[in-house]
Amino acid sequence: MNYDVAIIGAGVTGAFIARELSRYDLKACLLEKEADVAMGTTKANSAIVHAGYDAKHGTLKSKLNVRGNQMMERISRELDVPFKKTGSLVLAFSEHDLATIKDLYENGLKNGVPGLRLLNAEEVIRLEPNVNPNILGALYAPSAGIVCPYELAIGAVENAVDNGVDLKLECEVRDIRCTGDIFELITGKGAIRSNYVVNASGLQADIISSMVQETEFSIRPRKGEYLLMDKTMGNMVNTVIFQPPTRMGKGILVTPTVDGNLLTGPTAEDVDDRDDVSTSPSGMRRIMEEAKKLVPNLGFRDVITSFAGLRAAPDTGDFVIEASRKVKGFINAAGIESPGLTAAPAIGEYVLELLKEQGLALKPKDNFNPIRKSIVHFRDLNDNDRNELIRKNPMYGSIVCRCETVTEGEIVDSIRRPAGAKNLDAVKRRTRAGMGRCQGGFCTPRVVDILSRELGIPPEEVTKKGLGSNILLGKRG
Amino acid sequence: MLKVDLAVIGGGPAGLAAALEARKNGIENILIIEREKELGGILQQCIHNGFGLHYFGEELTGPEYAERFVEQVKKEGIAYKTSTMVLDIRPDRTITAVNSTDGLIKISAACIILAMGCRERTRGTLNIPGDRPAGIFTAGTAQRFVNMEGYMPGKKVVILGSGDIGLIMARRLTLEGAEVKMVCELLPYSGGLTRNIVQCLEDYNIPLRLSHTVVKIHGKDRLKGVTVAKVDSNRQPIKGTEEYVECDTLLLSVGLIPENELSRGAGIQIDPVTSGPVVDERMATSVEGIFACGNVVHVHDLVDNVTMESITAGRNAAKYILSCKDTRSVGRSIKTVPGHGVRYIVPQRISDLENIEELKLFFRTNDVYRNALVVVHFGQKTLYSAKRQKLAPGEMETVKLKSEALAELVCDTSCDELKVDIEL
Ligand SMILES: Cc1cc2nc3c(=O)[nH]c(=O)nc-3n(C[C@H](O)[C@H](O)[C@H](O)COP(=O)(O)OP(=O)(O)OC[C@H]3O[C@@H](n4cnc5c(N)ncnc54)[C@H](O)[C@@H]3O)c2cc1C
Ligand SMILES: Cc1cc2nc3c(=O)[nH]c(=O)nc-3n(C[C@H](O)[C@H](O)[C@H](O)COP(=O)(O)OP(=O)(O)OC[C@H]3O[C@@H](n4cnc5c(N)ncnc54)[C@H](O)[C@@H]3O)c2cc1C
Repeated sequence: MNYDVAIIGAGVTGAFIARELSRYDLKACLLEKEADVAMGTTKANSAIVHAGYDAKHGTLKSKLNVRGNQMMERISRELDVPFKKTGSLVLAFSEHDLATIKDLYENGLKNGVPGLRLLNAEEVIRLEPNVNPNILGALYAPSAGIVCPYELAIGAVENAVDNGVDLKLECEVRDIRCTGDIFELITGKGAIRSNYVVNASGLQADIISSMVQETEFSIRPRKGEYLLMDKTMGNMVNTVIFQPPTRMGKGILVTPTVDGNLLTGPTAEDVDDRDDVSTSPSGMRRIMEEAKKLVPNLGFRDVITSFAGLRAAPDTGDFVIEASRKVKGFINAAGIESPGLTAAPAIGEYVLELLKEQGLALKPKDNFNPIRKSIVHFRDLNDNDRNELIRKNPMYGSIVCRCETVTEGEIVDSIRRPAGAKNLDAVKRRTRAGMGRCQGGFCTPRVVDILSRELGIPPEEVTKKGLGSNILLGKRG
Repeated sequence: MLKVDLAVIGGGPAGLAAALEARKNGIENILIIEREKELGGILQQCIHNGFGLHYFGEELTGPEYAERFVEQVKKEGIAYKTSTMVLDIRPDRTITAVNSTDGLIKISAACIILAMGCRERTRGTLNIPGDRPAGIFTAGTAQRFVNMEGYMPGKKVVILGSGDIGLIMARRLTLEGAEVKMVCELLPYSGGLTRNIVQCLEDYNIPLRLSHTVVKIHGKDRLKGVTVAKVDSNRQPIKGTEEYVECDTLLLSVGLIPENELSRGAGIQIDPVTSGPVVDERMATSVEGIFACGNVVHVHDLVDNVTMESITAGRNAAKYILSCKDTRSVGRSIKTVPGHGVRYIVPQRISDLENIEELKLFFRTNDVYRNALVVVHFGQKTLYSAKRQKLAPGEMETVKLKSEALAELVCDTSCDELKVDIEL
């Protein structure tokens, strides 16, 4: 099979490029080395839809951030993924901080961020009664919000697959050959031929790019650790609370999540290993200290899990989204560090323009369907709808995850739908089964059972997150 | 809306014993609701011996112990719904439950007994740094895989925490051919029963490393190993004592905590130490007409005690249903206060002094004590004092107050605190 476009990497960047392409009459594939989409940086970040005041005016980052923010409301409706426009606050504790937020305010105005306001301490406390009373003021950005990052990517991929894109999981691109006008991608699952290639491989982007050309940028992984707190802490804050930014980045923040938990982090630490998402005692301590400066009453007894993500920090300081000047038809969507999640829908549009410039013929499909329906979440329904659902499908009456009230019906749907779940973590990201207080203690055996039944494999072959991560190591006795 | 006199939430040993006792005391319209396919609770996966020594005077396996109660419930014709999850309980005693055949079920109950048991603590609450591979289980989840589903969670095992389930699983996995490398316990003493340490570890030469913990998890896909280290008296890892242990499985047996979501939802006052409802000597909670018993109140190590406590709950629930007297407005009440060396006491208060016939205090100590006195003070008076050879946090202690002592509680109205102290 010869594809028109092959996209490498099914993170949020690749997902929106794929969805954009699926509007047109062409054959595209999305190649991902992991056993599910959104397994890279997309699954572990702050989940903020940034307003766009911090990216320096004039950069590609600033443009795509503001544009992505504007698009998010519509996108979240079309893809049926949770998005809350909470607004954000950058707190100032000193005169120096006040000057910093004033600069951010002015930069934001230039970037075209709507509704920015500098607030005095009283105004801040009125908005957020639990923040440190020692503040002097804050920058308020009403257009900031929160999303569920992996659900956003999953939604976009499901929609792309529904509209004809081929998703290939556990399909690592190991080399790329250019023969004439055609690229041949050597993958773990054989060779794939394509006229155009888009590199959206996140942390690997410089390596992939070097497969076809001399590459002028390099990616440095920078780790960010987080602590996630129980839902009982979820309403400590209503908006996203930032420290004033420093050279190292935006610092530790405190934010509600769309699911009602409280998230705090990230740290910022340069690392060498592009896969190292381990957490550390020092990181955890640092988060606790810094977060308490913002919201003094945080209770860390309520931490339910910790995790870390890697920023794909480019040495250019800006997103590297451009067509190769040397090899026709090869496009990098690289160095997508924060605010890459926010910008993703805009990056999709932007890459499409680049492909067009490179000569890709774009004929709109008449049957493109922009709508993706999310899994029905039993916990969010009223009594009538719940009963209706169970009558139609009794599996919705059987609760599998007690902490998050997830039914068997939802789990089966997550497995059967396009780009469906193939392992425990994939089910978890789609349904929240195993994400609650007991962290899967109760539902793991049950979900393993359902995966085994639905995928037609023995329970020993069910994995946590793909190849080599088997949950059970054989039969008893 | 389904109307019942008594709804029992949870069909484990606590719920079953409470329902049976209520029936014995004249309550006809009872409904037990259980989310598993079978009645019996956690005991169904505890296929080892060691249940019922105190209550039945013989050693039974978990399922055998449960079966005795399940049979009686069936014989008595007490109604039950299995595969049915209770989602919500309101303070006015309306219950929402769900299953596949009935859909949503709304129940209005004159009285409720909470018997939802407990759940295991997990890694997140402990925050062990490192990777997040497959191969990390709570001991109870592993137990379910092995005993109920017939699968091995792993072959080379390290167990963190010396709670009873972990100890039992050390033996179980060894018998199934796995290599259990060690049990690490953060504290300088074990959290489990002495009999389990002897029968599950020592008999199989499995080392118990006291004052040790897991400081790092290794392995991206499946667990490859853990780093363990010794801890100091502040439970902080000591630099230089780290040791890498190769393993494919880490079991967590780091404690149990009452299932308290429904209790909280019903507006019931929760004891921050036990994480279960505050109860009085009748097992009445702070909300009228709602009683609680078993692991949902505080974590027990012996099911026999669960049964006794649940009989109390069942009898008093029956009394409440027949008399319709508010469980809260009972005049004077006395608080039980954990004194020196005591972590918590259940019941937390004594409220029906007029009708009190016997009083048993369940408590746990906060450290290991040898040849110490357990003393119960009521104001200036000593109502109980007895020597115990060994007291340990892992073993629940009981004190039974005699009728003379109870008479003091009733007569001396100047005092409202009953204190338990450990004296050396
Ligand atoms: C700590 C932290 C906090 C952040 N907070 C925010 C925030 O609040 N708001 C915001 O807007 N942004 C935030 N970001 C940025 C945002 O998360 C990223 O910009 C975004 O997720 C990048 O998505 P991506 O698709 O480019 O990369 P990824 O999600 O990493 O996707 C790349 C994919 O490519 C795959 N891949 C790699 N190599 C190959 C290969 N050879 N063959 C096949 N597949 C391959 C990977 O497996 C991966 O799935 C944050 C980032 C971090 C790390
Ligand atoms: C793994 C393990 C090993 C043990 N080993 C021993 C031993 O060797 N010897 C000994 O004497 N004791 C032992 N014990 C202690 C003793 O067995 C328990 O204390 C006892 O089973 C507790 O009974 P329970 O009814 O309170 O809780 P459980 O047995 O846990 O029963 C609670 C029931 O409520 C149900 N439930 C919970 N929430 C809901 C809801 N929302 N809707 C419907 N149903 C619900 C649960 O499914 C469960 O069946 C052990 C305990 C455990 C956990």
